[in-house]
Amino acid sequence: MTESNTKRMTYLDALGLAQREELEGNPDTIIIGEDIALYAAGGAYGNTEASRIRSAPISECGFAGMAVGAAITGLRPIVDLTIANFIYLAADPIINQAARLRYMTGGQFKVPVTYRASMWHSQANAAQHSDRPYPMFMNIPGLKVVCPATPEDAKGLLKAAIRDDDPVIVFEDNDLWGKKGDVPLDTEFVVPIGKARTHREGSDVSIISVSGCLRHALKAADDLARDGINADVIDLRTLLPLDNDAILGTLAKTGRVVIVDPAHRTMGAAAEIAAILVEDGFDMLKKPVKRVVTPDVPIPFSPPMEAPLYPNPEKIAAAARELMA
Amino acid sequence: MKNDIQSEAYLRMLKIRGFEQAVKQLVTEGEVPGAVHSSVGQEAAIVGACMALADDDYISGTHRSHGHPIGKGAQLKPLMAEILGKVTGVCKGRGGSMHFTDTSVGSIGESAIVGGGIPIATGAALTAQVKGTGQVALTFFGDGASNEGVLAECLNMAAVWKLPVIFFCENNGYAAVTPAKDSHGQPDVARRAEGYGVPGVIVDGQDFDAVYAATQTAVARARAGEGPTLIEAKTYRFDEHCVGLFINGAYRPAEEIAHFMSERDPVTLYRNLLLDGDKSEGDLSEIEAMADGLIQEAVSFAKESAYPDPEEAFELVHANPISIRR
Repeated sequence: MTESNTKRMTYLDALGLAQREELEGNPDTIIIGEDIALYAAGGAYGNTEASRIRSAPISECGFAGMAVGAAITGLRPIVDLTIANFIYLAADPIINQAARLRYMTGGQFKVPVTYRASMWHSQANAAQHSDRPYPMFMNIPGLKVVCPATPEDAKGLLKAAIRDDDPVIVFEDNDLWGKKGDVPLDTEFVVPIGKARTHREGSDVSIISVSGCLRHALKAADDLARDGINADVIDLRTLLPLDNDAILGTLAKTGRVVIVDPAHRTMGAAAEIAAILVEDGFDMLKKPVKRVVTPDVPIPFSPPMEAPLYPNPEKIAAAARELMA
Repeated sequence: MKNDIQSEAYLRMLKIRGFEQAVKQLVTEGEVPGAVHSSVGQEAAIVGACMALADDDYISGTHRSHGHPIGKGAQLKPLMAEILGKVTGVCKGRGGSMHFTDTSVGSIGESAIVGGGIPIATGAALTAQVKGTGQVALTFFGDGASNEGVLAECLNMAAVWKLPVIFFCENNGYAAVTPAKDSHGQPDVARRAEGYGVPGVIVDGQDFDAVYAATQTAVARARAGEGPTLIEAKTYRFDEHCVGLFINGAYRPAEEIAHFMSERDPVTLYRNLLLDGDKSEGDLSEIEAMADGLIQEAVSFAKESAYPDPEEAFELVHANPISIRR
């Protein structure tokens, strides 16, 4: 990628660019969500006709379900659910309809709908705005689930989701919205769903990261390197389907794995990744699998209570050092 | 058979009635896996609504799933095969009785989630509006589903966006075994429409002509870009909520059931109406024989069809396939 083909921009701007390109590039693409018209007035959707930009009433279940009906009849809706906790209000049509209609009808439909859900944790918004709900949706066959961790992946995975003929949920890490990175400007740039990315090569310990934990994992790897410990850092990027080859591949390189996942401990993404490592890679494991995750408590409001709950570089490095001891 | 609206309407009502009677017989023979819900008694409401639609208009529906695609003109053989879980079924044995879908006639999904079909049809109407196809969508739902929040949400959004959708309530008076009077603040679902700026119309659901006329008006309004209509057809379910369901304790008075079956049978009422008009006994017998033949063919086809290979369970999960973990 040459310098002229990329532009430095925030994660949020990368998401916006993906939406704009897909709306302008395909007249079947529409966007539905709350307060959408505000962004339209700001030019966020380019020359897209008003009929394809739907500022919806606060009716998450209704418009998430309408998007399914629109998808099976020829549109390609992007549904912006904003705060990830609101996906619970929309869960019925996502789970009972979007994920299953193709299967239940013997293949009579494609369901090309994309749901965006932004995880606003670690911002003193308390337990009804701070969830990382992707593990629940990893348990729903028929869906695809992605969690971009960089501006480049935000653009590439959202575009892949919109172009995919199956329902995809894009869980955004809201902590990353303002973070900048180089983003390809090619309108055909997409990041394939189901492929992890190695961000740092190492042979001593693997750090398998989920969502915005990537930046903490890379910081921990820097810290470990100062002690001569070389970490292999991969970002899964897609959680359904999981990239088993990448998970087992990094294990083969190191024999020691720390999984970093901002979801809660019980049945989080890390639990499934650990199961893959143990079921399919047991003979390669030199030490037990470590998980750095969020404890099983609702997220509290007060910052001194909230901040220590999430994975951070110190916890990740400490876990890796334990495995090296 | 004469190719006119009345003959076609009578044929479709007979197809639904005959299909349901055949399914009940198959249940007693032990041929039917899973739950079955019969539309007997509601044929005029279903066919009156469907006949007012064009072939490429959309319908969505409910767990009481059989009548709607038949009313829209679906072939009976793949529907009956689906009831038996056969590979030749309209959904290849993945949906069953509660989830008929036949896109060849615009049937985009019956849903066993009560109210689940409502946003589906509203979304299909959104597609029609965005693409400018001129199609309309009609969603069948029951009096029970009228208490689901998605009806309120979709009525409102359809009104705001003037979507070409018809909300069609088959009010048979009972949500499973709970009387509507015990779960509705006032008896008329149609009156809720006013709260959203939508026309609400009540029709006699046992009267084909009344339902057909009301739906035609709603379709014209939708196609003209004037937005949705809520139609409430007052109807009655002759069979139990679920075929073979045994409820200890009567929730419907025996006299009420007897009254509807003897005085308010939509098929009999329509037959008499046609005889009072320009149809002869011979005309109607011909249609009845045709319906019987189609039902028998469908039953034979279903019984003779093969079951799916168990490995087919792993197919058709995605349109852009991923590796399925077993």
